[in-house]
Amino acid sequence: MIGVARDLPRTAGIEAQATTAGRQARARRRLVGRGLLYVAATLLALWVLVPLYLITITAFSPRDVVYGYPKEIIPSTLSTETIRFFINAEGVLASLWRSVLVALITLALSTIIGAPAGYAVARYAFRGREAFRLTILSTRAFPIVILSIPLAVTFINWGLYDSIWSVALMHTALAMPFTILITSSIFVGVPRDLEEAALTLGCTPAAAFLRVVMPLALPGLAAASIFTFVLSWNEVFAASILTLRERTLPALILSTLNDSLLPFRFAAAWFMLAPSLVFIFVIRRYLLGLWGRVAR
Amino acid sequence: MKANRLGWAPYALLVPSFAFLAIFFAAPMGQAFGLAFQDERNAWTLESWRTMFDDAGFRDALTTTLLLIVLIIPVQFALALAMALVVNARLKFSGLWLYVYAIPLGISDLAAGLVWLAIFDRQGWLNSVLEGLGLIDRQIIFLNYQEKGWLVFTIVMAEAWRATSIIMIILVAGLQGIPRDYFEAADVFGATFWQKGRRVILPMLRPSLQVALILRTILAFQAFGVVVALAGSGTTVLASEAYRWYYTLRDSHVAAAYSALILFLSVLSTILFLVLLPTREEQMG
Repeated sequence: MIGVARDLPRTAGIEAQATTAGRQARARRRLVGRGLLYVAATLLALWVLVPLYLITITAFSPRDVVYGYPKEIIPSTLSTETIRFFINAEGVLASLWRSVLVALITLALSTIIGAPAGYAVARYAFRGREAFRLTILSTRAFPIVILSIPLAVTFINWGLYDSIWSVALMHTALAMPFTILITSSIFVGVPRDLEEAALTLGCTPAAAFLRVVMPLALPGLAAASIFTFVLSWNEVFAASILTLRERTLPALILSTLNDSLLPFRFAAAWFMLAPSLVFIFVIRRYLLGLWGRVAR
Repeated sequence: MKANRLGWAPYALLVPSFAFLAIFFAAPMGQAFGLAFQDERNAWTLESWRTMFDDAGFRDALTTTLLLIVLIIPVQFALALAMALVVNARLKFSGLWLYVYAIPLGISDLAAGLVWLAIFDRQGWLNSVLEGLGLIDRQIIFLNYQEKGWLVFTIVMAEAWRATSIIMIILVAGLQGIPRDYFEAADVFGATFWQKGRRVILPMLRPSLQVALILRTILAFQAFGVVVALAGSGTTVLASEAYRWYYTLRDSHVAAAYSALILFLSVLSTILFLVLLPTREEQMG
């Protein structure tokens, strides 16, 4: 209605007045709507951030404060005592190092093995392409970590059980479908013309790939790699099943939950999630691309 | 697409990943069923399944797993949809909102469980705040092994906090795929917010919702770290029972029966969602 009134020639004063009033009302409603959106946005952000704030100040309180009650929302004393207590606890540093190694091996293996498949799916029309793509997609219907139980039996036979390799191989299987789908969508995003131009100008296919495709695909590949790293860094079920003494950090924390003190657990939680905050921040621009594309 | 000069090249590129998935995905899957249906001397038997069904912990683990899924998924989808709409509303600092909502994407379920342990612990943050506000005068014991309701509630909170981001990201990507014209057309016809939601957003988001639902349900069947961190042995789920049978009771056959059951339930739920929520392409055949 308002829209119609606006288009009429403004002859009658009353009409013009009504229009202005209508416009103002609409503008006010828009403003209120916008305001409510900001309120909702802030509340949702607080829902995510407040627990993070609480675990951070808990982890950075001295041990007697961690046990204290009631707790202060704005802490009066901060210290690294609790964090140091965690890091110096038996086995923590070794398992931290193992976690990093496992994540790096996972990252390397899944890229070396998965990225070529992603490239093939993106660039070649070949018989069986759709079938392969669908097979990879359908692996998402399976809870892959659960496969660590039969895999444990295999690894015992192979002599790989209770080593970083058993966990890394399992994590690679977990990351592989993701890597293939992501890399293929990244390579699809690299214009084919450029690659063909390089071929016409006398590059070998390998050189065209290394000099033309790789530089363009690299940021996306780096983001996908970081995501794979986080996936492995966080994974606890398979790591707990596949190790006994050679624990990764989450597996160590899980296996000691029954006996560990509260400050240890809270510092552990902070220690596990802190790197992820940084990683997610680094790849924030790629998050939608990474997951959005996979969803299609 | 032009003819390939190297007809074998794509196959050569696929071989490594195909072989890897055959060894570390297909084989263990077959093996899970093999272990579950065999005894130590590789004779076929239903013994492990009988042990699993008859075990005192089985029913509790199964019902808790299903209960958690039924409770968590609606909460997560409501939250994720709200977050996705906020991100898509083109507010100022839209990148910042997206980042903040996406943060839990990088947090493990074990860490999330411990974060909420700090909140729900008897001397934790929630009691501190409630008492500070004068709402309670005695500490509430949320994490009591006798009170399964509270345990489930704390797990739902932790999971809603941690695992909503992945749904949010999928929904934001889906929302961005809706042509702006659709919203403008709805505006021209004077559609209200709710009408837009029901007639434009939800139908267009259907494929994304379906994917998110499938992904989330499969992940929920594997819930493990968060349950152990908050409930200890106070309440169990299928995955924690699998872990107990493998690790504490050292019976890989019964543990494999649990994994086979989780596999079966995951695939069943996926099929259910595909049938119940067909996207337009599937409807057309």
